Amino acid sequence: MNAKEQYIAFMTILRKEIRRYTRIWTQTLLPSAITMSLYFVIFGSLVGSRIGEMGGFTYMQFVVPGLIMMAIVTNSYSNVVSSFFGSKFNNSIEELLVSPTPNYIILWGYIIGGVTRGLAVAVIVTVVALFFTHLSIYSFPVVIGIVTLTSVLFALAGFINAVFANSFDDISIVPTFVLTPLIYLGGVFYSLDLLPEFWRGVSQLNPLVYVVNAFRYGVLGVSDVSIEFAFGMIAAFTVVAYLYCMHLLNSGTRLRQ
Amino acid sequence: MVPALAIENLSKTYGNDFTALKGISLKVEQGDFFALLGPNGAGKSTTIGIICSLVDKTGGQVQVHGVDIDLDFAGAKKFLGVVPQEFNFNVFEKTRDILLTQAGYYGIPRTIAEERADHFLKKLGLWDKRNTASRMLSGGMKRRLMIARALIHQPKLLILDEPTAGVDIEMRRSMWEFLQEINASGTTIILTTHYLEEAEALCRNIAIINHGEIVENTSMKSLIRRLHREVFILDCRDDLPRSCAVEGFVTRQIDSHTLEVEVEKGQDLNTVFKSLSEQGICVQSMRNRANRLEEMFVNLVEGAKG
Repeated sequence: MNAKEQYIAFMTILRKEIRRYTRIWTQTLLPSAITMSLYFVIFGSLVGSRIGEMGGFTYMQFVVPGLIMMAIVTNSYSNVVSSFFGSKFNNSIEELLVSPTPNYIILWGYIIGGVTRGLAVAVIVTVVALFFTHLSIYSFPVVIGIVTLTSVLFALAGFINAVFANSFDDISIVPTFVLTPLIYLGGVFYSLDLLPEFWRGVSQLNPLVYVVNAFRYGVLGVSDVSIEFAFGMIAAFTVVAYLYCMHLLNSGTRLRQ
Repeated sequence: MVPALAIENLSKTYGNDFTALKGISLKVEQGDFFALLGPNGAGKSTTIGIICSLVDKTGGQVQVHGVDIDLDFAGAKKFLGVVPQEFNFNVFEKTRDILLTQAGYYGIPRTIAEERADHFLKKLGLWDKRNTASRMLSGGMKRRLMIARALIHQPKLLILDEPTAGVDIEMRRSMWEFLQEINASGTTIILTTHYLEEAEALCRNIAIINHGEIVENTSMKSLIRRLHREVFILDCRDDLPRSCAVEGFVTRQIDSHTLEVEVEKGQDLNTVFKSLSEQGICVQSMRNRANRLEEMFVNLVEGAKG
């Protein structure tokens, strides 16, 4: 396939992905808006007003970046895992596999599809957040960079989950038992400085800590971890995940007999 | 002219040590209408799966229009259109969107894809259902949708894995006509089917595969010519006499009005009719006891077992 044909193939996958999640927007876009509104009301307004300041900001201002990032992570992940596994489940993935579309175009089509849903939900959650607090951006480059890298990373993770999943149960196990605990323990609702030294050390092993803190730095200008180190870690995870996804596609793992 | 499909010593052993293909070789010339027959589990779907990259081969070589799939699989895939046995489209997608998406996977620009999609939707009687979710289509419509999808990039080689399974007779006939039409326009067609009259009606050449081996590969005409015996059932107007027989032929009386006659190679039916006429028996209609090819197929497959 020449470059133009590859571009058409990529846009076809992307268009199909966007069409899929907008067609079922009540299952894909609306729940995050409702869930995050509840977080803002309960943790931000009701509980947060009693907590006082954290890191020099109101508790509401402190949790908003983490909650936006939580929406990006879960939506990028769940879009790719459900869409790609769905294609495997109803065998429509064969439409792609028998076509001359290169594997990297297949991967990027699904990944960018997941990224657009992550970003769409991020915009919705941000708009909801503006009803509760004032938001200003400390560093646009950091915000854009970390949002892009994070959504790509978790879309890739969703792809890996989809490749190995055998049933719809398998695609909910990782988000429920791995992703959600890591997000909650990743400093969305608290500063790592509040933790005892041992647990602060343990938290450094949680990749979500870097994601949440790097984004918080971009919005508020404060972070519990080094911003350069956070970027480096996320970029490294992204490269490793991408190479692994390409290996899975090229070897046809769980896709070809 | 390079063959549309050339398979050389193709083998496949699955992870559970089951050998589905034992080094088969096959050549399908351009423009041919080719039947690939075999009982369930013979290796037909594995062969098709390897050609279109859904199954990894263990050994051997496959070339599509001269392009080796090991060297340039993407190039080979451009020549290839596949209609699988099972429905494999997104049931939530609309009929027209399924065609446009498939065209996109082949890098076909949107305007051209829309023209082609509309053409095939009309041609295959799906135009009224173009904006209907594919899950709402009948079984026959779903089959036709898969044929339209396989043709959207104008492949030179079309492989159909039991395309008329579960399709009513009228629809099957119209699909036959459509397939003959696209074959006449130059598209090579490989067909697997369990309906042997379908293979006999459509195909010029045939390969029979059994237990992962090609047990026959010849032209349809020469295969039919090799039939030594045919059995005809004659429906007679009046009651047959008890002693009804035709000299030189094996006959069996099925009931009071029906007679079964075996006709060996070299014998002719005129003799039968003449003899019956002399006995005052009037034949109203006649039919084959079984499809001729079906008998040959069973003999070949049974022979391979022995």
